Amino acid sequence: MSRLEIHLWGALRPLAGGASSIFIEAQTIRELFRKMGEQYPGMEPHLRRGVAVSISGKVFRDQLDTPLPPDQEIYLLPRVPGG
Amino acid sequence: MTMNPDLVDKTYKVIGTRVRRPDGVDKVTGRARYGADASAPGQLVGLVLRSPHAHAVIKKIDISKAEKLKGVKAVITSADFPDHTNGDRGLRDILENCMARKKALYDGHAVAAVAAVDARTAREALKLIKVDYQILPHVTEVDDAFKANAPLLHDDIFTDGITPTPTKSSNFVKQAEYGHGDIDAGFREADVIIEKSYKTEQTHQGYIEPHSCLASVSPDGMAEMWVCTQGHFVYRNQCAAILGMDANKLRVTSSEIGGGFGGKTHIWAEPLALALSRKANRPVKLTMTRDEVFRATGPTSSTSIDVKIGAKKDGTITAAFAELRYHGGAFPGNWAEFGAMTGFACYDLKNVKTVSKDCVVNRPKTAAYRAPSTPQVCFAVESTVDEVARAIGMNPVDFRIKNAAKEGTKSSYGPVYGPIGIGPTLEAAKNHPHMKAPLAKDTGRGMACGFWFNFGGQTCVDMNVTPDGNVTVAVGTIDVGGSRASLALVVAEELGVPYDAVRVVVADTSTLGHNDMTDGSRGTFSSSMAAVFATRNAIKTLRERAAKTWEIPLDEVVWEDGAARAVGAQHGNRAPLTLKEIAAAAPGSGGPIAGHAEIVADNAGVSFATHICDAHVDKETGKTTITRYTVIQDAGKAMHPAYVEGQYQGGAAQGIGWALNEEYIYGANGRLQNAGFLDYRIPVCSDLPMIDTQILEIPNPHHPYGVRGVGETSIVPPLAAVANAVTNAAGVHMNHVPMSPPRILKAIKALKA
Repeated sequence: MSRLEIHLWGALRPLAGGASSIFIEAQTIRELFRKMGEQYPGMEPHLRRGVAVSISGKVFRDQLDTPLPPDQEIYLLPRVPGG
Repeated sequence: MTMNPDLVDKTYKVIGTRVRRPDGVDKVTGRARYGADASAPGQLVGLVLRSPHAHAVIKKIDISKAEKLKGVKAVITSADFPDHTNGDRGLRDILENCMARKKALYDGHAVAAVAAVDARTAREALKLIKVDYQILPHVTEVDDAFKANAPLLHDDIFTDGITPTPTKSSNFVKQAEYGHGDIDAGFREADVIIEKSYKTEQTHQGYIEPHSCLASVSPDGMAEMWVCTQGHFVYRNQCAAILGMDANKLRVTSSEIGGGFGGKTHIWAEPLALALSRKANRPVKLTMTRDEVFRATGPTSSTSIDVKIGAKKDGTITAAFAELRYHGGAFPGNWAEFGAMTGFACYDLKNVKTVSKDCVVNRPKTAAYRAPSTPQVCFAVESTVDEVARAIGMNPVDFRIKNAAKEGTKSSYGPVYGPIGIGPTLEAAKNHPHMKAPLAKDTGRGMACGFWFNFGGQTCVDMNVTPDGNVTVAVGTIDVGGSRASLALVVAEELGVPYDAVRVVVADTSTLGHNDMTDGSRGTFSSSMAAVFATRNAIKTLRERAAKTWEIPLDEVVWEDGAARAVGAQHGNRAPLTLKEIAAAAPGSGGPIAGHAEIVADNAGVSFATHICDAHVDKETGKTTITRYTVIQDAGKAMHPAYVEGQYQGGAAQGIGWALNEEYIYGANGRLQNAGFLDYRIPVCSDLPMIDTQILEIPNPHHPYGVRGVGETSIVPPLAAVANAVTNAAGVHMNHVPMSPPRILKAIKALKA
């Protein structure tokens, strides 16, 4: 399992000591969120509210079993409402 | 027969045709049933008592006299809503917004409600409720809310996103930042820097149909509700949670919807109707007046935004910055943050930074409104973009094309873009006849481009074949923009049957699994994907039935043009089995034929639009008239082009109203002064030209038919497009929306001075 660079949006960065990205070993979005919660407890409220995951520009809001390929850009975003 | 959405079929038989809408006859003849058309035997009238104060402690509520009035069957206050929210701050805010608890937080905040045998008795009962208020200082303006001495709405808000977290509570809810690069270095590279501040006023979605519901709770705890909503499953879930009910005991049926635009994605009075019914043991109908809709349901944020953009003389933007201050009304929200994500999303920027600051004020709880938070920041950014282009002497279209985001661009909100459509919309605008048409005196031409995310979400579809070989489809997403027609087209296309052979209905919450709301431009995108998969499942069953009938293997049966066909040399002369023939034989071949799909339609793809506006400004009166308007937007694939055009036109019309007239006006006492359509003026037909549209079709590779959501992006550019047209018509730079006649006159006079 490879370590993935996970890019954080602004609100998550203070919870990672100011880092713009963190490195986590994960194969799916579900595993990523679980390990984020374990390693960065301060991010738990954000994870509960909902986090979207951009995988090289494709945004996944709900499908937690989506694989996280090792060679793609992974960017976390807040869930945005619609009108 | 793949279920992979990443496949676009490019040839269609009925998709893309302008078939008659299935709800058309009922809507023009008055048969269509809206929220207030539901009725039940013995129903009561529900009315709500609302705070006249912007901010006040509720010291005591005496309902004893109201309860004793003949004909009154129930009176409720916050005491009838025990807190079942289990620490969920968002749900607790919904609960408190539906019925004030310790404090009234805005003019119009519900403090009590009654159910009586008729409206007259209910009104009389409201007068008999005595509320002892301790009036508090209030704050309604976004910039004032951040001040150190501003009246405090909540004592448990400690600004999120600032390190270290403040120990003193304030109205400043949250700060967030987006961007990349080094803006200071970028501004040093710039030949021209434009820095401006903007304001936008609060607007309402302005849907014609007020909120209305009929609630009926039985003594055994089973409940039903008929309601006008954009998401009856979400209404069910939230009402049940607030009232401490099991979700399966509350069955919600949606009505036709007379507009929502985001305002009907939130519950407002529905829990009150259910609580009244539970207490009265009678059905209760609760319909808001227009005054209540304005005072107590979700408008947008009013905003205050600073923008700074630097560019080289060759037209390259070197740095861009914005600080956005938005409010969530009386409750915390992320509205500024959404603006910070979207503000510069159209552009390929090396150095960009946005800072969002969300606050609370004594106004109604902010709700989503078509591409929420984005029209306001687009107004500020696109107005500044025009000024930068002007300062370096470059055509505004060429300036935007030079800086447009493209595949591989790192977006201003973080991720790298995949294939996107901003470039094609700008090129189409540059080449559109509108852009080259001559202009009349005192008329100016403006343009702007805009962005919105779009999303998919949870969706269920049941597709059933009737014994006579026709088709019914049950879907759980509300039809606000023509999705029933689109789903019928999809199913007809898949099956190879006529459009009229398919009837689509919106099912109630007890007949399908959970469906997310119709918002985020997701309705047609997600439900059509589910309909494709449900139909493909049914087609597999149809092939199996044909294979059984013919006594041949399944893989020797294909489905084409509404019939099963045997393939292979040995079946050359076998006549096809039509859908009608297979349906008729269903009782003996395995029973009913149906297909189902339950999906999460992720990966909707982002959306871009470019608008062109001609505006005439009367320099004597300040009145602006839109003389020509064009919307250019990518639909992926327009399944029903007339509905797509309608979405484009509707968004533009609402944006023009926002740009020119619409605003909440609060008095010094914190009370809303214009809670009605006479004083809050939305554009009517005579205010608008025919809004021209150009649909671009760049297929979305993540939908079986290439569809993109189209419901929201068209409201994003109008504020800026109109402002830029006004600037070019009258020579004044408008930095305050709406650009009402008094504001334009003031700007013209200031220019002359």
